[in-house]
Amino acid sequence: MADTTTTITAAAIPDPAQESHGVWGFTRAQLAALGLLIAFLAVAPFLLYPVFLMKLLCFALFACAFNLLIGYVGLLSFGHAAYFGMGGYLAGHAAKAWGLTPEISILLGAVTAGLLGAVAGSLAIRRQGIYFAMITLALAQMVYFFCVQAPFTGGEDGIQAIPRGKLFGAIPLDQDMAMYWVVAAIFLGGFLLVHRIIHSPYGQVLKSIRENEPRATSLGYRTDDYKLMAFILSATLAGVAGATKSIVFGIATLTDVHWSMSGEVVLMTLVGGLGTVFGPVVGAAVIVTMQNYLAEMGAWVTVIQGVIFVLCVLAFRRGLVGEIGNALKVKL
Amino acid sequence: MDDLFGIPAPLLFGQLLLGLINGAFYAMLSLGLAVIFGLLNIVNMAHGAQFMMGAFAAWMLLNWLGIGYWAALLLAPIIVGITGIILEKAFISRLYKLDHLYGLLLTFGLALIIEGVFRNEFGSSGLPYRIPAELSGAWDLGFMFMPVYRGWVVIAALILCLATWLIIEKTRLGAYLRAATENAALVQAFGVNVPRMVTLTYGFGVALAAVGGVLAAPIYSVNPQMGSNLIIVVFAVVVIGGMGSILGSILTGFALGIVEGLTKVFWPEASATVIFVIMAIVLLARPAGLFGRA
Repeated sequence: MADTTTTITAAAIPDPAQESHGVWGFTRAQLAALGLLIAFLAVAPFLLYPVFLMKLLCFALFACAFNLLIGYVGLLSFGHAAYFGMGGYLAGHAAKAWGLTPEISILLGAVTAGLLGAVAGSLAIRRQGIYFAMITLALAQMVYFFCVQAPFTGGEDGIQAIPRGKLFGAIPLDQDMAMYWVVAAIFLGGFLLVHRIIHSPYGQVLKSIRENEPRATSLGYRTDDYKLMAFILSATLAGVAGATKSIVFGIATLTDVHWSMSGEVVLMTLVGGLGTVFGPVVGAAVIVTMQNYLAEMGAWVTVIQGVIFVLCVLAFRRGLVGEIGNALKVKL
Repeated sequence: MDDLFGIPAPLLFGQLLLGLINGAFYAMLSLGLAVIFGLLNIVNMAHGAQFMMGAFAAWMLLNWLGIGYWAALLLAPIIVGITGIILEKAFISRLYKLDHLYGLLLTFGLALIIEGVFRNEFGSSGLPYRIPAELSGAWDLGFMFMPVYRGWVVIAALILCLATWLIIEKTRLGAYLRAATENAALVQAFGVNVPRMVTLTYGFGVALAAVGGVLAAPIYSVNPQMGSNLIIVVFAVVVIGGMGSILGSILTGFALGIVEGLTKVFWPEASATVIFVIMAIVLLARPAGLFGRA
């Protein structure tokens, strides 16, 4: 039982013949899906509540960042809340206490998350598989305890009344619509960046590490360096997502660094489809919508999330987008 | 007069005892995780939830059926162990051919379900569980008062851990188990029913967590979250000790509990994070863990 050959994302990978690269590494099907996504981003704020959409986009970016690790390097981080939450705290503190503009605050949050990712990642990549997951979880719990005690995070109260401020010191973001376009731009930028990373030569090496790390090593790649870089990129993007969220909602709390948040991003990615380009976005949309409608059900939300976890693992390992892609015989 | 390193002796020994008790729980839980991982290759993320189920089973037996502590110490692990066996048969056994990470995700989902159900039923605030009459009171050790129950927990945990170690290392059944860990197919070829052994092993590991829960019930208040925070520390303990050695996980568990207790005396703010810091240091110095095989 010691060696299993099925990698975690094997179910989500259609045959390599489909890896034909069109524009920017997008296949034709992906371009169509991207067109749909952009059209949705443009139309949605006129049909749906913009604040809800902004929450959705923040989590979608968070899930894309997480998917970069699990889907393309095969590393399951169970502590991504640490980077998401710390990004949020730093951005909130920078905007409120230091009075910095939102874009600088988000940048600071991202850099902090990236540095934290560099430290945690360099420790975690020393072990593989389940140990990697346990180490990232333990380190994230350490960050959680730090946030409970550190003076600037406000402990149980969190940082409240974070001002949205003026973008570049000129454009006020107090209007939800103005804020929405900024969030949409950040999301799309992050989404395209993840896609660009995956389809770069660097991304190909990452995938080879996922498929067979000893072989990648024997071909002369320093796999640890590649894994660490991917971890830092993923943590940084998670930080961007958390920072944006705290600017949008004006609040950064312990919820965002708690282990249950790490579990939620795993769930979003799993529901959408591990290792698919659009899966994390769809998964985040499903889970955030579900939480929105079931908010008054209290602890039953946890139970439902647990049930979805179990169903996905047992019967539905490709996820929504993976299943659609499989049915249409395209890679999404 | 009774100062040691500038710390009043009762405080020092009091925290040492608390550390020893936490260590007892770390040892029992990491032992269960190691036994399950050894044979099933699955990190049982539901272990904390099953620890909590043990405590609740004891509470329910007492308050609903009037069954006391001593009977609960035997019955609760059996009940929780049976639920574990059902979970293994129904869900976990379907994943053995897949990547280990799926087992982790599945048991995490199961943990969410269990915790959520208990939170709905009993709320988030704790329920009290009285210390049994035979174990109430305290011993005067001269330098400190030691509550009898706490001493009992440490002794009971030690006995349980050593008994588990003996079963695995010294009995025929344990030999089958260790052989199946090395090469399940070969053991099956010798006529041993390996799938049943796997199921029972999971049940045993879960029961071990449940005993911990029963022991913990009178010390901590019985509440749905009592396992989830504990289990993350236990994961760090497992990373430090490595899951390859049974005796290793017992030693690491107790030792880290004591270190944590001492940290509470000398630097209280760091006590919540000290085990994670040790984990980081161990990863830098000995990536495979103190007792692990690379």
